[in-house]
Amino acid sequence: MTNTLHRYGKADSFKDDYIIFAIPSRGRNDENCIPKLKEFLKICARHNPVNIGNGQRGTLAPGKGLNPRTHWDRGEKPDFDAVIEGVVKPGTVSAVFSNESDARECLLEIIEADFGISVNISTSVENAKDIAGKCGISRHSVEYALSVNDPHDHLPNSQIMELSTMCGHGMVSFNLARKMLDMVREGRRTPEQAVATLTRFCPCGIYNPTRAKRLLLEASKEQR
Amino acid sequence: MLINPKKCVACGNCVPVCPMGAIFVDPGINRAVINDDACVECGTCFRGMSTENLNPVLIRAIRKIASIFRFRFEPEPDVCPTSAFEMNELQMPRLIRQIFSDPVVEHASTGIKGRGTEEVKTNDVSLRVDTGEVGYTIEFGRPGVGVRFSDIQEMTRILSGNGVTFEKNNPITHLMTNTETGDLRADILEEKILSAIVEIKTTIDKVEQVLETVYRVNEKIDTVIAVGISTRCDEEGEDHILAPLLEDLGASYERAKTNLGLGRITNALKNTKMEDMIK
Repeated sequence: MTNTLHRYGKADSFKDDYIIFAIPSRGRNDENCIPKLKEFLKICARHNPVNIGNGQRGTLAPGKGLNPRTHWDRGEKPDFDAVIEGVVKPGTVSAVFSNESDARECLLEIIEADFGISVNISTSVENAKDIAGKCGISRHSVEYALSVNDPHDHLPNSQIMELSTMCGHGMVSFNLARKMLDMVREGRRTPEQAVATLTRFCPCGIYNPTRAKRLLLEASKEQR
Repeated sequence: MLINPKKCVACGNCVPVCPMGAIFVDPGINRAVINDDACVECGTCFRGMSTENLNPVLIRAIRKIASIFRFRFEPEPDVCPTSAFEMNELQMPRLIRQIFSDPVVEHASTGIKGRGTEEVKTNDVSLRVDTGEVGYTIEFGRPGVGVRFSDIQEMTRILSGNGVTFEKNNPITHLMTNTETGDLRADILEEKILSAIVEIKTTIDKVEQVLETVYRVNEKIDTVIAVGISTRCDEEGEDHILAPLLEDLGASYERAKTNLGLGRITNALKNTKMEDMIK
């Protein structure tokens, strides 16, 4: 349900994008899985993830009933504990890492913990093979993302596609990605502020703010 | 989804937020409104926007004065200043829009939130796609375009004649009135959703035929399609069959979801799905 498969970009574009997620299977290993899912997230939180999620919220979430001061000082920090405590039903839990080293160290600890729940990694094909090999495990199954077929010319340019498809459920609209890119280009928002805005719209917590910041900085220098 | 006209101040912040582009400021009434036909009830505006509870009359007055002097207030772009969005209670068939478009709503049929299923993410315990088989996730409408069920039916009808097996634990399969013909429920055909995934399975020799069929049908239906294609790896964790075939077909694949094989069946025997025991 994290729907991380169809992130737009060439393989090299996923150099800072490693998603590890655990998913219990209904009727097979979902009994008493809540403590395991929480422990999975706690392990992930120890290895410098850039986002974690429980299917209901990520580390940055929309604020309700805010004070007008918000417009000058948002003053919020990623909240890992809220994500971990928010696991109340069997479902996918995930963590996003911005480098191979953190993802690998995290995966080694997950293997050691032996939860018995299916664990997947979503990144480029080569990144996944490499990290599985370094962790001494054989891949069980693989699902390849074929490129999006768009015969009717609906899709925007690659910069917007890369920013938008990091929420696999499509909650980061093309228009919002375009607006935030324009605001960075025009100096009306910093890349960090723009990334935080985009990240809050992804309710599963799989948006990668580090990759988004890199993409925004690259795109802001190149108008398409 | 509703926008309360008594609260809306036409600030326009919500307009770019909508994944379907269904929100616009109507100059005739100076309020944001939703194009109900284009709205897929994904909840992005209601759930994803942060909110304040400011007085709408005061905010409209400030905005009016500022506009006279061409002042531009630069508010946070994801904030609705007056909490104007309201979720209305939906009935079928419109309810199906929310079920398929809002990722935090759980499908009763699969127990999975959003439009997805377990796919090969749990293949190490489900063996949904076994050795020699190929699984496909044919996703319609994503990213950012949307799809109507009538267009999905166009595809399922043609696929059904190609000797494919529809995955039974899939939300679209649950909406079929006949899996032999690929027909979907008539009452939902004109409903628009953010996306949906048709899941099928074939033997390896059918890959070229299935992909050719999918892309040919896509020419006729006005949406985008993203295909995921999966297989089980060998004992060494290698895929010497599907990946080389995709290369031969000239299919581009840069990214993958990889099941690392760490799962096992841990439920008590009486609660475990029996097909696994057979396998």
